[in-house]
Amino acid sequence: MSYIIKGETGDWEIVVGLEVHCEVISKAKLFSGAATAFGAEANTQVSFVDAGFPGMLPVINHECVEQAVRTGFGLNATINKKSIFARKNYYYADLPNGYQISQSDHPIISDGYIDVDLENGETRRIGIERLHLEQDAGKLMHDQHPSKTFVDLNRAGVALMEIVSRPDIRSPEEAGAYLRKLRSIVRYIGSCDGNMDEGSMRCDANVSVRRPGEPFGTRAEIKNVNSIRFVMQAIEYEAMRQVELIESGGKVVQETRKFDSVKGETKSMRSKETAIDYRYFYDPDLIPLVLDDAMIERLRKEMPELPDAKKKRFIEDYGLPAYDAGQLVAEKEIANYFEAAAKGHDAKKVANYIMGDLFAVLNKQGKSISESPVKPENLGRMVDLINDGTISSRIAKDVFAFMVEEGKTPDEIVEEKGLKQVTDTSAIEKMVDDVLAANPDKVAEYKGGKEKLLGWFVGQTMRASQGKANPAMLNELVKKKLDA
Amino acid sequence: MTDLVELTIAEALDGLAKKEFSAVELTQAHLKEMEKARELNAYVLETPEVALERAKKSDERRAAGKAGKMEGIPVGMKDLYCTKGVRTTACSHILDGFVPPYESTVSQKLEDEGSVMLGKTNMDEFAMGTANLTSYYGAVRNPYKDKTNPDKFLIPGGSSGGSAAAVAAGLCMAATGSDTGGSIRTPASFCGIVGCKPTYGRCSRWGMVAFASSLDQAGTMTRTVRDTAIMLEAMAGFDPKDSTSANVPVPNYEKALTGDVKGLRIGIPREYNPDKGLNADVRHVWEQTAEKLKAAGAEIVDISLPSTQYALPTYYLIAPAEASSNLARYDGVKYGLRVDGNSLDDMYTKTRTEGFGKEVKRRIMIGTCILLEGYYETCYLKAQKVRRLLCQEFAEAYKKVDVILAPAAPETAFGKDDDSTGDPLKMQLYDVFTVPSSLAGLPAVCVPAGTSEVNGLPIGLQVIGNSFQEETILRVAGAIETMSGMTIRPLRVGGK
Amino acid sequence: MSIDREMVKRLGILSRLRIPEENMDEMVGELTKILGWVDQLKDVNTDNVVPMNSVVEDMQLREREDVVTDGGIRDEILANAPESMDGYFLVPKVVE
Repeated sequence: MSYIIKGETGDWEIVVGLEVHCEVISKAKLFSGAATAFGAEANTQVSFVDAGFPGMLPVINHECVEQAVRTGFGLNATINKKSIFARKNYYYADLPNGYQISQSDHPIISDGYIDVDLENGETRRIGIERLHLEQDAGKLMHDQHPSKTFVDLNRAGVALMEIVSRPDIRSPEEAGAYLRKLRSIVRYIGSCDGNMDEGSMRCDANVSVRRPGEPFGTRAEIKNVNSIRFVMQAIEYEAMRQVELIESGGKVVQETRKFDSVKGETKSMRSKETAIDYRYFYDPDLIPLVLDDAMIERLRKEMPELPDAKKKRFIEDYGLPAYDAGQLVAEKEIANYFEAAAKGHDAKKVANYIMGDLFAVLNKQGKSISESPVKPENLGRMVDLINDGTISSRIAKDVFAFMVEEGKTPDEIVEEKGLKQVTDTSAIEKMVDDVLAANPDKVAEYKGGKEKLLGWFVGQTMRASQGKANPAMLNELVKKKLDA
Repeated sequence: MTDLVELTIAEALDGLAKKEFSAVELTQAHLKEMEKARELNAYVLETPEVALERAKKSDERRAAGKAGKMEGIPVGMKDLYCTKGVRTTACSHILDGFVPPYESTVSQKLEDEGSVMLGKTNMDEFAMGTANLTSYYGAVRNPYKDKTNPDKFLIPGGSSGGSAAAVAAGLCMAATGSDTGGSIRTPASFCGIVGCKPTYGRCSRWGMVAFASSLDQAGTMTRTVRDTAIMLEAMAGFDPKDSTSANVPVPNYEKALTGDVKGLRIGIPREYNPDKGLNADVRHVWEQTAEKLKAAGAEIVDISLPSTQYALPTYYLIAPAEASSNLARYDGVKYGLRVDGNSLDDMYTKTRTEGFGKEVKRRIMIGTCILLEGYYETCYLKAQKVRRLLCQEFAEAYKKVDVILAPAAPETAFGKDDDSTGDPLKMQLYDVFTVPSSLAGLPAVCVPAGTSEVNGLPIGLQVIGNSFQEETILRVAGAIETMSGMTIRPLRVGGK
Repeated sequence: MSIDREMVKRLGILSRLRIPEENMDEMVGELTKILGWVDQLKDVNTDNVVPMNSVVEDMQLREREDVVTDGGIRDEILANAPESMDGYFLVPKVVE
């Protein structure tokens, strides 16, 4: 099902390509030994190399190279044995050298794809043109002084992976799904923490519109959008703007635009430097990066199971529906939790508890799954207790709540609180008898035809059992006694 | 006791070892000489306190039996090398007052081997020049005199002009130079000293203010070939901080100076002997030297390096392109000059416009142009292709010969106010013999081989070797030095 | 491609250099001359020749280990700055 904008003059299709900058997880920067940790005081994580001092030279950090290769595997891409670093030349206060070391026509990774799942159950394959390594820039603060901008170079030189998709995205939803999937992949691999709100993952969107089947239109680039929701909004707005512009006789210009998340609009960033030309050329301070086969093979072998493979396995091994499996594998930690909880237990039921009760609790408490108050083995055990009849699913709600509160095992809770299900027929019979005996008038009403009262009797008896009576047995016995 | 400033490094090391004089005395003698010869403008910064302190420590180390390879030897440091706590400007206004908080690898190695820095030597701004006329601190005067016109202000050659003049005039025993397209060899030839540009990658570029990264190479400037061997060994070597530094062991270069050239095949490239543009005296010294080498048992081989004529335009595309990017960091934010402006770009533009000299600006403009879309392919990439051809031709040649013998400069030192100095294109022609080996990254040493019969000025010849064959070129240079019997000393302007 | 005043202006903007009006023609002339001179490279046949970026291009690029070995030198980083405050470099206000 395609996303179509119904214009006044007909249908329009949108064409989107995304450029995502992922900050690489490494201890030191891409070309220097300065630290990358967040939150340090200004300019305390800066070497003379990062600050562009005279005579300083770059030496590449091996870990950043490995992270790029790992991510390349995650993107089903070609790992280029030889790649070359180039300088992108421009002036800005956050760029101490007057150039950024990046990669131009020989990136380390090229030609990959990722498959994204859409809400309607369809899967779309989005091509990846390339992934290259480059340096991050410093940070500017404009609000510290009336006439000055403050420059902090702590981020300058931190490694980035720029991942460029092909213009294969056709709707805001696909863009969102692509970003979520990409984030999931880099997090699985551990090459980027994927936090868009902290800026460790940033997105530029190239948006154009066209009549279905026609050649690509002129695109506008929306820079630096910092959440998935905003990327989707920005694309939606921008596509609409372009359609309206064209339909009213205007022309889309190739330009850089900025997304205003408050107004939900994109705005032109009129660049003063109309003559911009980055003058890429190979960095003469570096020589080509040549990867050796042994390293590539080692990294291939070390690759963790990625979301797609895991999903497939969850469906096959645990019998989960595709949708549930997709939900559980989106985050590695959730998937791990699920497996720890489901191992040897009723996986489907475990999955339901995770996606239902557990997510609700985590959401309410603002916790991640790794901080879950319920240990996975306890959840698995609880499901066992339900399945073997020790507790009813109704009681399980209470047990779960106690696990959240007290962190104890379900066995301990059942024992301590005496929550074991009553399945002894004579015991339940006695309870039913007591309730009937205490309510002769209601019994009479029932017998007089008010059959709706059956539920009332069941409820009363259940309450008398403190909820512990086996519900099926209870139902059956109440009915039997009343109808006797 | 002989005049201490007349000694070679080898002699001084001997004297120091025999306790004939101390490092402090040796340093003091040079400091005094520097004072006397200030009108040469060879130094842009004299550092007597640093020098005397280091000399004192040197004497202590020697007394403790821990003498390094250059223990106690006073040296001049080209202002291109960042020196910790000592102002470094690459002789550009834009680096005004810059005091590096770090020491370049080369200067650190020299210090570690016991040498004593006397000061920072003058140079062309950012090493861009062949006459040392582009320095923010003014021109350097060549200590030699034109016998036909002794009052003429002769240039020392560039860009390492201050280093060359200082070494020639006895204002240091040796000095560092740097060579991008001939910046060591041209001044060495003009000032009658030995200048060696080793193989690209032989010496670390870390801490050396960059001009053109794929060409810049640190090197030595001394009065004798033996001194070159001593100094090169002290400053060469692998540096993990420079990604283009070669992990190749440094041999004992002094051992290579056997004086024996028997059986060595010495190539004479046809293309280095143009009908026009080569001074007759230079050609004569070149031919004579080849004859002498032949007489000493070497084999003289006629070779061809057909693309030689394209080396100069190739160089003048590649070097400015790299420079335009390397010099972008001078923006008035982190160090050096700032000229205030009413916006960031205004500040950048005012700072750079005022901070860079004319020649530097010209090269930045050219380099910027060459990297533009539309020029990149036809200019920059084309030059890089020709560069490969040049390298391949050298590689072919070294299948037939061990070294190549060529002039270093097309003529002897010229006057500061000569016509040619105003024309950038003409000035570039002085690099014609040095640029090809720079593009190929080959080691080359310029050694004094004779003097001009017309003006009495020194003439140097270049011995160019295959990659990492410094030992061979020094061996040949040593033989030439002996054969030439050159004992001339400059007629100092301010002194004797 | 020929060099004109527009081009010189553009190069000046890109390289943050102001070419005074009175020097414009001189700069146009010099750039034209240089580009004319290097144009002789056209005569060299470079078919199938790979551009050479570095004479040490065949060396193995050395890689550093992922260890923090640098930084923590803010005072030295800022010591030469024409203008700094509270541990930051200062530049004229940038309007984004």
